[in-house]
Amino acid sequence: MEMKRSTQFKEGLRDGIPIGLGYLAVSFTLGIQCREAGLSALEATVMSLVNLTSAGEFAALTIIKAASSYLELAISQLIINLRYMLMSFALSQKVDPKLGVGHRLGISYGVTDEIFGISVGRKGRLSPFYSYGAIAVAVPGWTLGTLLGVVMGNVLPDRLVSALSLALYGMFLAIIMPKAREDKHVALVCLVAVAASCLCTYLPVVRDISGGTRIIILTIVLSLIAALIWPVSEESGTEKDRDAAKIKAEESGEEESNA
Amino acid sequence: MPERIWIYIAVMALVTYLIRMLPLVLLRKEIKNRTLRSFLYYVPYVTLTVMTFPAILTATGDLRTGAAGLLTALLLSWKKQSLPVVAFVSCAVVFVTDLILGCF
Repeated sequence: MEMKRSTQFKEGLRDGIPIGLGYLAVSFTLGIQCREAGLSALEATVMSLVNLTSAGEFAALTIIKAASSYLELAISQLIINLRYMLMSFALSQKVDPKLGVGHRLGISYGVTDEIFGISVGRKGRLSPFYSYGAIAVAVPGWTLGTLLGVVMGNVLPDRLVSALSLALYGMFLAIIMPKAREDKHVALVCLVAVAASCLCTYLPVVRDISGGTRIIILTIVLSLIAALIWPVSEESGTEKDRDAAKIKAEESGEEESNA
Repeated sequence: MPERIWIYIAVMALVTYLIRMLPLVLLRKEIKNRTLRSFLYYVPYVTLTVMTFPAILTATGDLRTGAAGLLTALLLSWKKQSLPVVAFVSCAVVFVTDLILGCF
């Protein structure tokens, strides 16, 4: 185990590079909005460093700009970021059950959509050192991007800034699609999710539900339906990955990871 | 006002960290329940899908460039291109589409 720590960390670094670059672009847009909301470069940078959440920070800016109450801010963060709880829930099953509290506290900091995305893609158990590697490149990307956005956001043409806003969604699709190709149940539930999400965004009455709440409700309802119709068997999905990794590790003495 | 901003930042950081930390620290056992395990297997993909659609179409502020970016991202991710390739090529296509549309 001791030997593999550095390997895990390096693989985390490697897989974290695209995330760090993507974050750089996305948080640049965030930095521009921080400036508009009246935050200094230091305040914006610290906010990104200690929060590490795109949707949550964008929403917080609206609240800070309106000088709303702390309670309102806390509730908005709870609702928008509640999806991280589902992700941590899933990760709690992906780490070694014997993993100590210290490491659990450590990897909790880095539970973001993208780091979670590459973490669930790991074969077998998730090593905390893999997460630390990803965090080590993703966090500088996110904070530096925010800083640059505040300092030089108005230097860039609007056209470029609006093009960069697509980066985040491109990354999400890059996580979803390979899995959807491999597991048709995932593909089906994602197609239903696209339709349901669009309907909920535009139909009267339900469109008044906030974005964060819509994400939570649809995630819980659709994942539960999928779990009831197509339960993950011992032969498919995560189980298969785990067994395949175990066999492979026994054969070659090293784990394969997806880049 | 500056003090208020620091309190805002502290409040949101605390709430966000607790959300991430509690399940990982409190749930120390492997879940045996098959339905719950299956539920957690589908969660990440459904969440990411719901966050992407329909937001990706309106992210740029122009439905046409958004659609161009979406199609590019779909095609590249279907071809299993890596995260940065999908992200940056999609952005580039949005940028170029916007330039072309601006000519008319």
